[in-house]
Amino acid sequence: MSTEYWRSLEPSLPTPDHGPDEVDGSTRREILRRMAASLSLAGLVGCTKQPTETIVPYVRPPEEAVPGTVLYFATAVTSAGPAQGVLVESHEGRPTKVEGNPDHPASLGATDVISQASVLSLYDPDRLQSIRGPQGNATWADFEIVLNRLMDAHTADGGGRVRILSRTVYSPTLGAQMHTLLTRLPNARWIQYDSAGPHSERAGSQLAFGQYLNSYYNLDAAQVIVALDSDFLACGPASTRYAHDFAARRRVRGSQTGMNRLYSVEASMTSTGGKADNRWPLRPSQIESFAEELAAALGVSGAAPGAPSGIDARALASIVADIRQSREHSVVIPGESASPRVHALAHAINTVIAAPVVYTAPIEAHPQDQIGALRTLTDEMNGGHVGLLFIVGGNPVYDAAADLDFAAAMQKVAQRIYMTEHNNETAVYSTWLVPESHSLETWSDTRAFDGTVSIVQPLIAPLYESRSAHELLAAMMGESLTAYQIVRAYWTSQKPSDDFEQWWRKSVHDGLVAGSALPAVTAPAIRTIPARATSQTSGLQIQFRPDPYILDGRFANNGWLQELPRPMTKLTWDNAALLSPRTATQLGLRNHQVAEIEHRGRKVEAAVWVAPGQADDTVVLNLGFGRTRAGRTGTGAGFDAGKLRFSDTMWHASGITLRNTGREYPLATTQMHHSMEGRDIVISEPVGTYISNSDFVHERTKEPGPRLTLYKPWDYTGYAWGMAIDQTACVNCNACVIACQAENNIPVVGKDQVLAQRYMHWLRVDTYFKGSSDNPSAHYQPLPCMQCENAPCELVCPTQATNHSRDGLNDMVYNRCVGTRYCSNNCPYKVRRFNFLLYSDWQTPTLKMQRNPDVTVRSRGVMEKCTYCVQRIREAEIRARRENRSIRDGEVVTACAQVCPTQSIIFGNINDRQSKVAQTKGEKLNYSLLAELNTRPRTTYLAELRNPNPEIPA
Amino acid sequence: MKATADIAPGQTFGSVTDKIADIVLTRRTPLTWFAVMYVAVLLVGLFVIAVSWLLYKGVGVWGIKIPVAWGFAITNFVWWIGIGHAGTLISAILLLLNQKWRNSINRFAEAMTLFAVACAGVFPLLHLGRPWLFYWLFPYPNTMNIQPQFRSPLVWDVFAVSTYATVSLLFWYLGLLPDLAAFRDRAKSSVVYKTYGVLSLGWRGTSNEWTYHRTASLLLAGLATPLVLSVHTVVSFDFTISILPGWHSTIFPPYFVAGAIYSGFAMVLVLAIPIRTVYGLKGLITERHLENSAKVMLATGLIVAYAYMIEPFTAWYGGNEYEMYAFWNRAFGPYWWAFLLNVTCNVFIPQVLWFRSIRRNTVALFAVSLTILYGMWLERYVIIITSLHRDFLPSSWGQFSGTFWDHATFYGTIGLFLFLFLLFIRFLPMISIYEVRELVHETVRDNR
Repeated sequence: MSTEYWRSLEPSLPTPDHGPDEVDGSTRREILRRMAASLSLAGLVGCTKQPTETIVPYVRPPEEAVPGTVLYFATAVTSAGPAQGVLVESHEGRPTKVEGNPDHPASLGATDVISQASVLSLYDPDRLQSIRGPQGNATWADFEIVLNRLMDAHTADGGGRVRILSRTVYSPTLGAQMHTLLTRLPNARWIQYDSAGPHSERAGSQLAFGQYLNSYYNLDAAQVIVALDSDFLACGPASTRYAHDFAARRRVRGSQTGMNRLYSVEASMTSTGGKADNRWPLRPSQIESFAEELAAALGVSGAAPGAPSGIDARALASIVADIRQSREHSVVIPGESASPRVHALAHAINTVIAAPVVYTAPIEAHPQDQIGALRTLTDEMNGGHVGLLFIVGGNPVYDAAADLDFAAAMQKVAQRIYMTEHNNETAVYSTWLVPESHSLETWSDTRAFDGTVSIVQPLIAPLYESRSAHELLAAMMGESLTAYQIVRAYWTSQKPSDDFEQWWRKSVHDGLVAGSALPAVTAPAIRTIPARATSQTSGLQIQFRPDPYILDGRFANNGWLQELPRPMTKLTWDNAALLSPRTATQLGLRNHQVAEIEHRGRKVEAAVWVAPGQADDTVVLNLGFGRTRAGRTGTGAGFDAGKLRFSDTMWHASGITLRNTGREYPLATTQMHHSMEGRDIVISEPVGTYISNSDFVHERTKEPGPRLTLYKPWDYTGYAWGMAIDQTACVNCNACVIACQAENNIPVVGKDQVLAQRYMHWLRVDTYFKGSSDNPSAHYQPLPCMQCENAPCELVCPTQATNHSRDGLNDMVYNRCVGTRYCSNNCPYKVRRFNFLLYSDWQTPTLKMQRNPDVTVRSRGVMEKCTYCVQRIREAEIRARRENRSIRDGEVVTACAQVCPTQSIIFGNINDRQSKVAQTKGEKLNYSLLAELNTRPRTTYLAELRNPNPEIPA
Repeated sequence: MKATADIAPGQTFGSVTDKIADIVLTRRTPLTWFAVMYVAVLLVGLFVIAVSWLLYKGVGVWGIKIPVAWGFAITNFVWWIGIGHAGTLISAILLLLNQKWRNSINRFAEAMTLFAVACAGVFPLLHLGRPWLFYWLFPYPNTMNIQPQFRSPLVWDVFAVSTYATVSLLFWYLGLLPDLAAFRDRAKSSVVYKTYGVLSLGWRGTSNEWTYHRTASLLLAGLATPLVLSVHTVVSFDFTISILPGWHSTIFPPYFVAGAIYSGFAMVLVLAIPIRTVYGLKGLITERHLENSAKVMLATGLIVAYAYMIEPFTAWYGGNEYEMYAFWNRAFGPYWWAFLLNVTCNVFIPQVLWFRSIRRNTVALFAVSLTILYGMWLERYVIIITSLHRDFLPSSWGQFSGTFWDHATFYGTIGLFLFLFLLFIRFLPMISIYEVRELVHETVRDNR
């Protein structure tokens, strides 16, 4: 048997005379030839040619750059106007994430939403990428030739036909460059215009003092704050600082129960108004009346109450008594949408009560009446007096007041040179387009709200053929200088000393020039505030507000900002005509219905959104939407409120009409239900409750005992990560949401997917309303993953894709997830997010550069959720282990905690009794959300405390 | 008295075999068959398109969202699995209980089970975010040494459903063997002869074979019997194990089993009533069969109605605010219409089955059965959607509605079911020949 087996194998064994050279009758050479031929054929057939990529290794590697480690550089974000000092995280030369600069007065380590999102604007694939002349794409050299010729032609008459239109300039260097240019061309004019800039503030300062003064408030010294239509906690150049100082005076801990008090009157509920201890919804005209009443009651000379504001006299008396009692610890803060007179009255009141207001010289390089200047400019253009128009930034065709018809005027100018980041509405009417560098791409400098100067340093070479405004101005003066040379030269002239290099290095490194805050000046005596021009106060009024995120529309193409839910309405991707519930009922309008708003013959259609706490008979419409050429993200989002804005009614107008068109327009919101349904979700009480019974929270919540389970509890030795969220401090600025998005590579899903309730934010800030819909109280609750110790999600996952780590994190293993979504169903907090479709952009090259390399980019069909920024925890762990120590308190900060201006999110190791988070969780206000489910969440909340004036009935 | 009505009198061994075998082997396929097949094929086409689109784009083509992460797919899964239960009940439990009347309906009831399980099995697979990784739910040796998590009811589902499918298939095929052999013996062409010859696995009808066959049938019936109770119990665990108000309930297992049998018998009637008319099988599937099925529906329907009543009572009695809200919201919330329809179809309308005249009126019975099928689908829809769409934190509450693709996939599986079933009645003995012949024997004996 065995012999046969071997015999049968024999013929296939090679024999010496049947050599391996010949297979199937072919020789080895023949085979090789055929192989070569077929290979080359295969090459021809599959003719996708890989692009040639050259890899150049560092000859001398840059100092400090170690591949895989992160570097931080100090700079300032200038895109929203005055500076916010930031530290930018750089991965091998790619800026990926913005953090606050703890040394900077406008940041103190936190940032606002816009600074967080600025990194996405840098990588916006729709940015203008090359210079365009009348004949199409051109080079900078081409442009310089044309520019020189044009400038030469206009030198003869001293630039009499040259006009430069820019945004408000806060950069000392750019201001100096402008002045140099204007000395060379004495007849040229420089106009600044920001459609959502502080027009009222400037006009108010003129009214009150007869000059432009910058003012800011020391809220850390303010016990009583009256906000007149002001969203100072969430909008404006100092909002991050204000929120910080405001919250610091409301931190009730243990026996320390002092709290400041915020009164707010406003047309539509803002984050600030929702935080107010006493709040009244007032129409824009009533707000002015209220300012008058308050001024009169506080004894401002010449102030007399006019038309009644509608606020109960007793309530007003209580406010006045409160202010009088705190005197120099009280302050009145007017908002930009309030009229100049309100600003002037506020100055007058603040002077009378010696409020903690600081006056300084203007932080703007050249303050002017921007609306008047723009009107003059359009008149000149229409009159044919302008031959050469430079527009440096901004987008006047979109956002100039509607009655000025900037586009028509612009076409009467022969040469229109436009420096812009985007090929936008204004670009259509320009002859030359020069791409503008993003503030992370260029050297510059800027001032913060208090005048503190920051040197802006680039984090990356310009991605496209872009230049900065500095370079454009230099070119206009015939100089070919880089932004670095220009900024440095300016500061050399300002700080002439032998240790300039050291000063420069320190200033650049620190992100601010030490001691550069403008000195406080004594405000001149208040002038007599003119009586109110009799304006119509009945009928429907409209108020325009800059959108809290995309402002005047400049960030319309930023998907993070578009998809970030607006604080109170939770609307994304659109603005809406906000109406009070009563007014909406009277007009027969519901959510999503399209109304036609008419003002002085101009009409705009906008979808209606019924906003609780809004003043009756008032429409509020955010600016910045309805862009027609914003880019792929922003074009077509929302309704253009600017078409109703006249140069004399920039912020509000009366006598408008509203008509139901009968059509519907879907508005995408991330929260549809704003009632707590009587459940103890946000526990909120007046501070008096806490003072009389500090145990009230524990008496209300049903925390189950540890002996509820048969299983032995897991013993967390080592680290146990936890989070405490102070709901009293949260001002609903949403910076945490966008910081989380930036840190964790969270995709933007688009309006249709938000409509389908599939937004991906790992952290959301829930807004609840309590009380009557006319003037409810608002309650904010940031909600990340609770990281439950008894996590309901874990035991239902069939593939063990979500597990508990030894330090108590509820980990998500993307690779193991098959997408049954059972975990989400079983999550009582609904913090899990699912990639229903392919949401992450795997194609666009620039967007790939933005990604955090420490975090997986998720693909279709997997579940994801908040990880407590596990990448940061692990990084710190590795670092600590290498240094043979344990992680220090505060060494690991989640992205949300880091960005929070009010420090309402506290993160750390709860096993360390001394850690800030353990101490906070030890407070009597601490409670677990849905504690009765025995999920034992690691994220806990401090009950919200408010400080309403007990003399004012709720 | 009892046995006489199992089949109509006057049947002989020969006539029974002729009647059943001729449908497949000699008689012309009725036009109705083609008409229904046409619809079925259209729906299968829709199914193929819907599934292709789903696999191409992802589960986001459906209406599911956060918070309602389960929608049509799980509703359909539970519905189809439930329908299958009647087949197993008829073939296994009634066999063990010696209910002879089952003999003429058990074959196609088993086929119904099999096809329903096939339709059901499609959904847990398709509803995955990454369906190509479905096998991760099975324990299998792998280099990473990762196993499924046995605490998850979804893994129990995998075992329950796959066991159920296997046992049902075996049982069905075992019963087919003698009849396939009968087809083989009557074949007129060699292709038919060979096909049925292979399928019948060489059955010769010796007494030895019959003995083993009978033992195997009883053994499989014994195996299948607990499955009738266990499969839907496990399916109900998908809900009860969770902490969601409206799902987290101990009444679900019996309630689901009763509901499953309820809908299963409805489907048996929906299939049997047209078949006996079209194929002239009124002598084999008699009014007694229909009436017995109707009685089972009435009984299980009452159990279901009891569950509907006791659920809100428990919620109220338990005093849990979330539970109370869930049931209040179920009845009066945004999905009140679905709940009302559900109760109307499952509780109110089927009460007409108390009347013998209705139970013996095929048209009425057919209509009531369709109503119950619809009601049972709605029941699962209501349980899944109303519980998910408003749970603990109102901030995450939302609304769900199915998209075109949700509907297309569901109707597609109805098409698939019809398609498979029509193939079955065209090519296989839809009534068990040998078991009905046993009844003939008894008829003759009784007459004697």
